[in-house]
Amino acid sequence: MNDFRMPSLGADMEAGTLVEWKVAPGDRVRRGDIVAVVETQKGAIEIEIFEDGVVRELAVAPGSLVPVGALLARLEGQAEATDAAPAPAPAPAPTPPPAPAPPASMAPASLEPPARPRVTPAARRRAAELGLTLEGLHGTGVAGAICLADLPQARPLRAGGFEPLGMRRAIAAAMGRSKREIPHYYLGQSVDLSPTLDWLERLNAGRGPSQRLLPAVLMLRAAALAVAGSPELNGFWKEEGFRPGEGVHVGWAVALRGGGLVAPAIHHADRLPLDALMAAMRDLVTRARSGGLRGSELTDATITITSLGDRGAESVLPIIHPPQVAILGFGRVAERPWVVDGAVVPRRIVQITLAGDHRASDGHRGGLLLARIEALLQKPEAL
Amino acid sequence: MTRDEILALVADILGGIAPEADIATVPGDADLRDALDLDSMDILNFVAALHERTRRPIPEADTPRLVTLNGVVAYFQTAGP
Repeated sequence: MNDFRMPSLGADMEAGTLVEWKVAPGDRVRRGDIVAVVETQKGAIEIEIFEDGVVRELAVAPGSLVPVGALLARLEGQAEATDAAPAPAPAPAPTPPPAPAPPASMAPASLEPPARPRVTPAARRRAAELGLTLEGLHGTGVAGAICLADLPQARPLRAGGFEPLGMRRAIAAAMGRSKREIPHYYLGQSVDLSPTLDWLERLNAGRGPSQRLLPAVLMLRAAALAVAGSPELNGFWKEEGFRPGEGVHVGWAVALRGGGLVAPAIHHADRLPLDALMAAMRDLVTRARSGGLRGSELTDATITITSLGDRGAESVLPIIHPPQVAILGFGRVAERPWVVDGAVVPRRIVQITLAGDHRASDGHRGGLLLARIEALLQKPEAL
Repeated sequence: MTRDEILALVADILGGIAPEADIATVPGDADLRDALDLDSMDILNFVAALHERTRRPIPEADTPRLVTLNGVVAYFQTAGP
């Protein structure tokens, strides 16, 4: 029997509210399947399972507030499952077992018996209105009491389920930790993007609007390819030191209308050709704003890219998102005088910046990464 | 298309892109990107939806004409190519 526990989806996440189970006892699940929806400070997140097996027991009921690390469900691993579950018939007979009635253990009471928390009366009232259990919730009030500020708002204030106060707190926790712990170094490079954009405009001229590519996709593609060749900038800083990422999973910073941002991962961004990358980016931005990000997208990013877009500032000195060790910034593209073959000509320039974690790499390596991105952007037809 | 038809179409499309936005409050000459906090992905999706709903070809070079309500109305009131 393996335990499936509430994952940590951010630096300061202490608990999440189980919104919905996507599986029932008896269901066979595969690694990567979405098994539950959990409400966090970053909205409603789809939670994936990390192993194959058969669901045996759901330990908490929808509506429960569940601390990080607490039991959500039990499953039998593949080997056990073949004994306990109906063996796969030789002929394909994929009839699922009848959905059993929810077991009695679905009551939140099956969480490990906690110490009774101190709760302010207002918080207790709000919790009752919301149908939340308070066990395991970390209180920030006097003597650790759970107060109103520790509870979610009565209802999400935005379509995506983002709760602005919680979002600000999540950003404050991650960025505060970054500024306290990470010795940043910063590099910047001005890059002539004219050849890239000329090529892109020719490409888009032959395409309908829904098939067009944005300049940001070329920047993302070039950056992902370059990062693949800079392993010391791609990965995580852990207690034991630097751990290289397994693949280039680019966290793409998405600004949320009305404030806040989230940087979910595009998995193996360096392996996606331009059209697939554009589709992935469009899908990610849509889900970041409307809800429906997956847990792995919030935890897997090995490096982050922030692109300020065509109304942003010309450059950014970005802050590393822990436990990552680097972040790339692309400023607004601006037409500027530029020297080409000894003559001053107008060119479209973008400022590419890098913040690196000096514990994991030095500025020399970072400079090579920026130079590689520049070189890749000069040959867009090869991207 | 009449001005009212075009504005109704725009409201419908933008309602899907930025559900929290109220285009009734947006002046005709205001830049939609500023007024509704739209980024280049939003504008691309907006243009793609205008193309799908009107079947009119919209070259990429015309996008700058489609970032205000007045601009969109003028664009679709003229005969398409």
